[in-house]
Amino acid sequence: MDPAAATLEIRDAADAAEAISLARSRNASFAIVGAGSKKRLGRHAPQPRELSTKALSGVSLYEPEELVLSARAGTPLREIEELLDAHRQQLAFEPMDHARLFGGATRSATIGGVIAVNASGPRRIKAGAARDHLLGFQCVNGRGEIVKSGGRVMKNVTGYDLSKLVCGSYGTLALLTEVTLKVLPKPETQETLLLHGLDEAQGLAQLRRASGMPHEASSFAVVPAGVTPLSPEGAVAAIRIEGPQISVAMRRDALIAQLKDCGASFDVLDQEKSAGLWAEVRDAAPVVARSGQIWRLSVAPSDGFKVVEALRGAGTPILAHLFDWAGGLIWLCLEPALNAHAETVRSAVDAYGGHAMLMRASEDTRARVEVFHPQPGPLAALTKRVKESFDPAHVLERGRMRAEF
Amino acid sequence: MTLMMPAPEPEILANRDALIALLRDILPESGLIIDETARRAFECDAFTMYRALPLVVVLPETVAQVRAIMALAAEMNVKIVPRGAGTSLSGGSMPLVDGILLGMSKFDRILEIDYDNRCARVQPGVQNLAISKAVEAKGFYYAPDPSSQIACSIGGNVAENAGGVHCLKYGLTTNNILGLEVVLMGGEIVRLGGKHLDSEAYDLMGLMTGSEGLLGVVTEVTVRILQKPAVARCLLVGFPSVNAGARFVGAVIARGVIPGGMEMMDKATIHAVERFQPCGYPLDAEAIVIVELDGAQVEVDHLVGVVEEIARSEGATTTKISNSESERLQFWAGRKNAFPAVSCIKPDYLCMDGTIPRARLPEVLEGMDALASKYGLQVANVFHAGDGNLHPLILYDASIEGDVARAEQLGFDILRLCVSVGGVLTGEHGVGVEKRDLMGEMFNEIDLDQQLRVKCAFDPMSRLNPGKVFPTLHRCAEFGMMHVVGGKTPFPEIPRF
Repeated sequence: MDPAAATLEIRDAADAAEAISLARSRNASFAIVGAGSKKRLGRHAPQPRELSTKALSGVSLYEPEELVLSARAGTPLREIEELLDAHRQQLAFEPMDHARLFGGATRSATIGGVIAVNASGPRRIKAGAARDHLLGFQCVNGRGEIVKSGGRVMKNVTGYDLSKLVCGSYGTLALLTEVTLKVLPKPETQETLLLHGLDEAQGLAQLRRASGMPHEASSFAVVPAGVTPLSPEGAVAAIRIEGPQISVAMRRDALIAQLKDCGASFDVLDQEKSAGLWAEVRDAAPVVARSGQIWRLSVAPSDGFKVVEALRGAGTPILAHLFDWAGGLIWLCLEPALNAHAETVRSAVDAYGGHAMLMRASEDTRARVEVFHPQPGPLAALTKRVKESFDPAHVLERGRMRAEF
Repeated sequence: MTLMMPAPEPEILANRDALIALLRDILPESGLIIDETARRAFECDAFTMYRALPLVVVLPETVAQVRAIMALAAEMNVKIVPRGAGTSLSGGSMPLVDGILLGMSKFDRILEIDYDNRCARVQPGVQNLAISKAVEAKGFYYAPDPSSQIACSIGGNVAENAGGVHCLKYGLTTNNILGLEVVLMGGEIVRLGGKHLDSEAYDLMGLMTGSEGLLGVVTEVTVRILQKPAVARCLLVGFPSVNAGARFVGAVIARGVIPGGMEMMDKATIHAVERFQPCGYPLDAEAIVIVELDGAQVEVDHLVGVVEEIARSEGATTTKISNSESERLQFWAGRKNAFPAVSCIKPDYLCMDGTIPRARLPEVLEGMDALASKYGLQVANVFHAGDGNLHPLILYDASIEGDVARAEQLGFDILRLCVSVGGVLTGEHGVGVEKRDLMGEMFNEIDLDQQLRVKCAFDPMSRLNPGKVFPTLHRCAEFGMMHVVGGKTPFPEIPRF
């Protein structure tokens, strides 16, 4: 490792500890980069130097019967997914692929990056987010100390659950060196039930109804009208059912029987088409494929449609949108503006509760608009104290999440 | 062994009357417990080995009162110990003689049930089971089911990240809550999460969950509610060896089946249970495994066949399958009676809570037997087999001199054994005071310092539940993080327990 280079390739935790300690003493800061698939995510806060986890790669433990896998932070997601697939297992939180958002090779992201942004997919309601599957980790904090937390077992309450903190910390607390994940069996098969002939609000209402039925559907999305080939004519509500073949067919029929009073016409996607659809939803493909500024809104499912209606009412130029998580997750593509319509978007969200993150915009916009949803005073102050409990000198990803750190 | 707690601060003890006078400005007389006899009721939680009489007990009813109490405590530099229903098995709410015991039992209302978003907003003193009861008419329930669920409160569940028998499939408390309202030590109120599914910045709700009352006091919880599975069926499978039982559990999961619950009991427990209240467990088995499969009828029926087939190929000597709800409940009856049943062998027991990688079970059980003989004590084992969470019950008789200390030492050795095979000290009961001094077995000083720094970010004067979880106290100033209030620094000398 050349300590003077602009990009430091970390070979192990000790390398990272040394580099970070040195930077701390010089009031310097670092960006943390794996595959670089999320470089344009977060506030625009260019760092003079990078710590690369690329060389920190490889699965270090995989015991399928114990449902556990450990990998060094720079291990490509693709490598982990292929290994799991060979054992009929999966990361149940099906992390989204930011390559669709920013360009780049698919599934090239590193597992460290996936955890750092708490990347989670359409199975969120049923199976949880990345944060629900991180059992433990090793990291180097902003003081240049090698710290471990959690473990490799399914059930563990020994000490604070720091796994939850590092998940979604965007590298601002620590450089992850190794993560240990809960992995789960891959369902034998899947199908998707499509509901045609409903408008968005009606479709979302049926999704919420279905998500409260005992049929263990795993994903609930509404694709608005005009997305080919799925919804050329009108909005489509989609419900994914996974499990053994015999059970999938039975639960699909039970859902149809219980939902038929809504007046929709039903259609079923087979395993391959279903998998294809949910990969598109996972990556918000119909929205991010459009050129424009991308927002991601997280609200109570029953507020999803209301928030979009409020934005339409306020004249927000929505170019494309998509509802996942039964309405709890909204992807928006807006006509570009220097302020990214941030005030309008955030006041629509604040009226109901939740948050909005600006996922894609120019550097200029991401420098002037808060990318992460602003917090009330006491919470913002607490967030800063937590940051400084890991990284007192703001060495890691300075300014990436908040201007004040 | 004596448990060392932070030394009582003489000036706090001397100022008790002044503190009580100020508390009277905040609380009605019914919310204050001053009298010694009445305070005795609070001297321990369900971890009864150690007791302390709290300085004063307060039972607020409103968030404003909690906030005022916390602000007053911060101003007077008095410690606070939060308490839910007092069912902690690790002494998480053991009082301090110079601390205010903050009981949340009057926060007992369900504020909102929102079926449309599959969640409920509840106050922290609401019992775990009361949530399921409130939503059962519509077919819903709250998933985490610790064995104390008829008594324990949801606020305590959040503090301890409580689990239960269905964790492998449905998760712990942390996977089943959406939002918290928390009062911090200075009296500030923060709302974390809500009805949405992820967090706008750091996941402080996830951090709060399982923080054992050291970071803040929870005043409201938004929990997820789930639709009850359409059907549940059980298999009761007996094995000629613990090894065969453990192999069976691994084989079920390797086949891609995640049961709703998978519990194992050893011979000592099987016999104790059958003596206590016969429920048809095979007495010739060295181990039994109860497997519960839940979900859609056809899927459950299909999986029952799969699991039965695995049991056969792993050499099961008995396999019973429930064909009715009453049979299913009968299979569970013995497991649910396990704790009282073993108390019939010896008057007292200590329930341990280590988690291990499941494959290491046979050697851990062997090691545990060897340790038990070394101390001349008996251990009965119940085990959340699916997720590797062991509950060895160390049987002892407190009236025999030295038995308590021996039981405690054996417990420590068992937990060291769990850690040495890649496991952890506690799967669901918490560290509390019980396992506090073993934290160094799992974490080095740097790891623990990082956790303490997080503590300082929430509670710079270490006033909230000190003496729990961490084997040493630190001045946050050492970490460059303490805000000195009115020139007072806590801990004139730093106690090491």
